[in-house]
Amino acid sequence: MSASLAAPAPAGAGRMTLRLVLIGAMLVLAMLPVLNRLPPDSALHVSDFIVSITGKWITYAILALAIDLAWGYAGILSLGHGAFFALGGYAIGMHLMRLIGPRGVYGHPTLPDFMVFLGYRELPWYWLGFEHFPFAILMAMAVPGLLAGVVGYLAFRSRITGVYLSIITQAMTYALMLAFFRNDMGFGGNNGFTDFKELLGMPLNTPSARSTLFYASLLLLLGSLWVCGRVTRSKLGRVLVAIRDAESRTRFLGYDVTQHKLFVFVLSAMIAGLAGALYVPQVGIINPGEFSPGNSIEAVIWVAVGGRGTLVGALLGAFSVNALKTWLTTVAPDLWLFALGGLFVAVTLFLPRGLIGLFQKERR
Amino acid sequence: MSATELAAGAPHPPRGQAVPDAVLYLDGVSVVFDGFRALNNLSLIVEAGELRAIIGPNGAGKTTMMDVITGKTRPTAGVVRFHDHDLTRLDEATIANLGIGRKFQKPTMFDALTVFENLELALKAPRGPFSCLRWVLDRTSRQKIESTMAEVGLTARAHDRAGVLSHGQRQWLEIGMLLMQDPELLLVDEPVAGMTDQETEHTAALLVRIAGARSVVVVEHDLEFVRALGSKVTVLCEGSMLSEGSIDHVQNDPRVIEVYLGR
Ligand SMILES: Nc1ncnc2c1ncn2[C@@H]1O[C@H](COP(=O)(O)OP(=O)(O)O)[C@@H](O)[C@H]1O
Ligand SMILES: [Mg+2]
Repeated sequence: MSASLAAPAPAGAGRMTLRLVLIGAMLVLAMLPVLNRLPPDSALHVSDFIVSITGKWITYAILALAIDLAWGYAGILSLGHGAFFALGGYAIGMHLMRLIGPRGVYGHPTLPDFMVFLGYRELPWYWLGFEHFPFAILMAMAVPGLLAGVVGYLAFRSRITGVYLSIITQAMTYALMLAFFRNDMGFGGNNGFTDFKELLGMPLNTPSARSTLFYASLLLLLGSLWVCGRVTRSKLGRVLVAIRDAESRTRFLGYDVTQHKLFVFVLSAMIAGLAGALYVPQVGIINPGEFSPGNSIEAVIWVAVGGRGTLVGALLGAFSVNALKTWLTTVAPDLWLFALGGLFVAVTLFLPRGLIGLFQKERR
Repeated sequence: MSATELAAGAPHPPRGQAVPDAVLYLDGVSVVFDGFRALNNLSLIVEAGELRAIIGPNGAGKTTMMDVITGKTRPTAGVVRFHDHDLTRLDEATIANLGIGRKFQKPTMFDALTVFENLELALKAPRGPFSCLRWVLDRTSRQKIESTMAEVGLTARAHDRAGVLSHGQRQWLEIGMLLMQDPELLLVDEPVAGMTDQETEHTAALLVRIAGARSVVVVEHDLEFVRALGSKVTVLCEGSMLSEGSIDHVQNDPRVIEVYLGR
């Protein structure tokens, strides 16, 4: 399966076209918040809805990029990347909760409402430090990175690959979902966190907060694309492809496969965590539902639809599948899951290299 | 211990004891798969700079012997040493980094990567993720890769993916990868299958040239090729050593004739 699905790098003219399309798309994205400021009767006006939903999709695209780095290049099919995304979201969510301060319903100076409600006397130790934004951002990377490091080390060292690895990652996100549903975990149980007031001194739910978060997401997207591209174009990227296609042969050349897989899995989890940290302030809520196994699977489908092993394909997949989802859930909400499944099957059968394959010529 | 003593069937030194000059030392090695003995009390010594040919019928255990040396298969019993290193306790990557390179019976490489990229991955260089991330191909490395491509006749295919090469070309590419690793001990499993007569001669000459500075163990069926190597020959049969000596010596050994050449 792996070798036949391996997408060759886009060649010559195709690559130029792709690069131009990518730059064009980024420019269009960057224009959206500007066009949003035009008077509503202007022909070029872009609605608040478009800006906020596109900002959300950008964070999804970053998650897709992270999945593609691990799956498309190193062959690590994680069905638990939604957990890393959610953990990043919870980290920033804790910061946002701390910033509410005495403005909560119960008016407690430090404790979030749900803690007052549950009878907490003081903040649990693991909430300390989250009042500082840089600390929360650091945790949004460090916690997913650490989890990926532990799970990855145990799995890769025991040479667990393929379906077994996918099942383990799926179990990981499921276990986290159950844990976060519990009230005594100190993360707000099934309600999670919401009613955020502000971030970095700017009130949320205002046009300026929206466009700031939008541009922050776009910057993170470009930064992640740069980092992933830096990895995949280096010799490390070729080692990852070697591991993906012939893991055991790579070992006989003297490469410590566990180390290489761990590196890419941890990096990927940290990128996913940061994406989650930008997602939560934009949607205004985080709850254990974000850990649901279906989310992780859906994110993998974005990558499969866009075309794995190309990075750009992941972005294309995330935007197009989510656009389809938004449209379909308004016109025919019941059809969405069938459409998603059908799309996945159709792409696997007819477009094994994904949508991006339409831009590529076969390399000799 | 000299080669002639061994050829005459001198007893092996006591188990586990280091042998001066021995690069590779196997003693009493057995491998049992579900009750089937693929290797049966096999002993073998390869000295520094030696070229050794291993022949034997299909299923004799030649590939299994290489699996044991490279850490792919753990022996059920016996000693496997490379200099002072106990190979039965090390993993594949560590063994490769000690300086043991292997060419597989079925040529195996990275099909999605080009000929050049396959050789670049094999090139002796730091192997960790951070080193690979920082790696820049300098002039010396490029020249090494280019001269190896010339040696194995793949210069024109440098930027073709390995997946599109013919079987013979894949043999050559894997030999090239072995050369790039610059190992101290080369294990070469059936290198000339699928090669033309001319290519076979070239391969024999290449292996003879490499030996001397390093040790080479070649498994091959093609007796003409083995003769061209002009090296000591070990005959394996049913997991044990049947005979050892010059090609003429083993070809005239009645036991060898019976189980192998006489068929
Ligand atoms: N992993 C394995 N499991 C079971 N049997 C094996 C395995 N590897 C090799 N064998 C058996 O061991 C014997 C020796 O095989 P091999 O070393 O490949 O022989 P040769 O290379 O000399 O042709 C064969 O009978 C083969 O079927
Ligand atoms: Mg064999």
